Amino acid sequence: MNIIRSETLGLHNSEDIVRVRQAVRAWMIEMKFGLVDQTKMVTAASELARNTVDYGGGGSARLEALENNERRGLKIVFEDHGPGISDLALALKDGYTTGRGLGLGLGGSRRLVNEFDIWSVPGEGTRVTIVRWI
Amino acid sequence: MNSTGSAGIMDILARSGRDLVDDWVKEQLSALSRRKDLLSESDMRRESAEFMALLAAAVGGGNLTDIAAAEWASTRDFLSGISRSRATKGFTPTETATFVFSLKQPLFARIQAKVGTDAAALASELWSATVLLDTLGLFTFETFVKSREAIIGRQQEEMLELTTPVVKLWDGILALPLIGTLDSSRTQVVMESLLQSIVDTGSEIAIIDITGVPAVDTLVAQHLLKTVAAARLMGAQCIISGIRPQIAQTMVHLGVAFGDVVTKATLGDALSYAFRQAGISVSST
Amino acid sequence: MERIPILKMGPFLLVTIQVDMHDRLAMALQDDLTGRVVRDCAKGVLIDISSLEVVDSFIGRMLGNIAAMTRTLGAETVVVGMRPAVAITIVELGLSLESVRTALTVDKGMALLASLLETSAGVDGHEHHPK
Repeated sequence: MNIIRSETLGLHNSEDIVRVRQAVRAWMIEMKFGLVDQTKMVTAASELARNTVDYGGGGSARLEALENNERRGLKIVFEDHGPGISDLALALKDGYTTGRGLGLGLGGSRRLVNEFDIWSVPGEGTRVTIVRWI
Repeated sequence: MNSTGSAGIMDILARSGRDLVDDWVKEQLSALSRRKDLLSESDMRRESAEFMALLAAAVGGGNLTDIAAAEWASTRDFLSGISRSRATKGFTPTETATFVFSLKQPLFARIQAKVGTDAAALASELWSATVLLDTLGLFTFETFVKSREAIIGRQQEEMLELTTPVVKLWDGILALPLIGTLDSSRTQVVMESLLQSIVDTGSEIAIIDITGVPAVDTLVAQHLLKTVAAARLMGAQCIISGIRPQIAQTMVHLGVAFGDVVTKATLGDALSYAFRQAGISVSST
Repeated sequence: MERIPILKMGPFLLVTIQVDMHDRLAMALQDDLTGRVVRDCAKGVLIDISSLEVVDSFIGRMLGNIAAMTRTLGAETVVVGMRPAVAITIVELGLSLESVRTALTVDKGMALLASLLETSAGVDGHEHHPK
């Protein structure tokens, strides 16, 4: 799989969350994703970006446009060096929350994308990778 | 690897000029004699000359084997363009690859003239030329196939839209009669178009009729329920009609809960309900 | 920081969200709206989201909060103009906006608010039949 374009955005405040949403939307329009696909991915990105800012103590989002002979897609990696998630299974269940929010971010986001991968170690940080194919 | 196997080719292409293009075009014309209606000779000549220039430039770098490398990018792009345009025009894949393969004969003739009687050198140059043109020809074939698949994909989508029309039954009441077996992707497309119709027509009630659907599996049932939920969020109500006893049983067995979604046995019942909701009464005179 | 304008239309308040809101702007809207409902004795709130291309769980919660808070203050909230792609995504995300009333357009939303107002009882307009 070739990475034909990549960009990393900082995630430290709520304006950064909007910036990530807009970047994802712009990339997906250029890559000619359909409207519903765009909306799902941008929404998932918004959820995960917010997690990074609110629970991860800030971090980054790296966008990568992927392409090989068979298909094209957009991959986004959200990374932080925050407290990490101790019980991943619980966090991925719908309705789970530690904070003020409804905690729909992880479980719900997973349904909005084609591929979802999460790595998290308490005390080290969290990395969530999502991919949507055209 | 710039060895004796390519010096001759590089030289020939660098100096070839118009006569190599002319011979090549002659080969193409005889191979495609029945397709004059699709491609004019002047266009063919122009494309050949352009390709020849790109080929000479790429070969000049000394790399005749790895066409995925950067120096072959313009050549690849050009061939992709040719494939796409020929695919759209209606050429067969073989006819399109002929663009490259027909260059063999004129090129080989010149290699032979240049190398003369040195058998080893001749074999080496011919082999390099064959491998290169085969690779380029196959590349053309492959991009052709991809283009065709993209065209077919688009046509399928268009057909899909034609076979699932959303009907306006009344001011503010839409109907979506589903016919035939539903698969997951078709259901998604259809549901999206229903929701868009709701916005376009400003209809607050949509009746999804599944009388013509023989079987509904969990996935399709879930799509239906999601559509109803999405319509509600938009400010419209979906009624599902035409649920036959067998389908109702399957739903119960599969544990699909229709909850507080309004369901009716027939389209007629659904329409009566819709009229009541919309405050419309029908009477005979 | 800019704030989203709130218009008064008779007994109702109208809010049109046209920008991609960052979280603080959304919280400010929530505060501003509840303040205005009290100040203007509003009977209904109409939130037009027809320009919103994305509604994530934060915005969804904001809408739910606004609906709940205005209800306790004696006003109903109607959210109008949700786009199909947004509705589909919210359903997939699992966001439940069951407590939020919705309508297709501003006109229909106004009509709904008017009909809800009619079914409300009370001398001072602050009592209502829970639906």
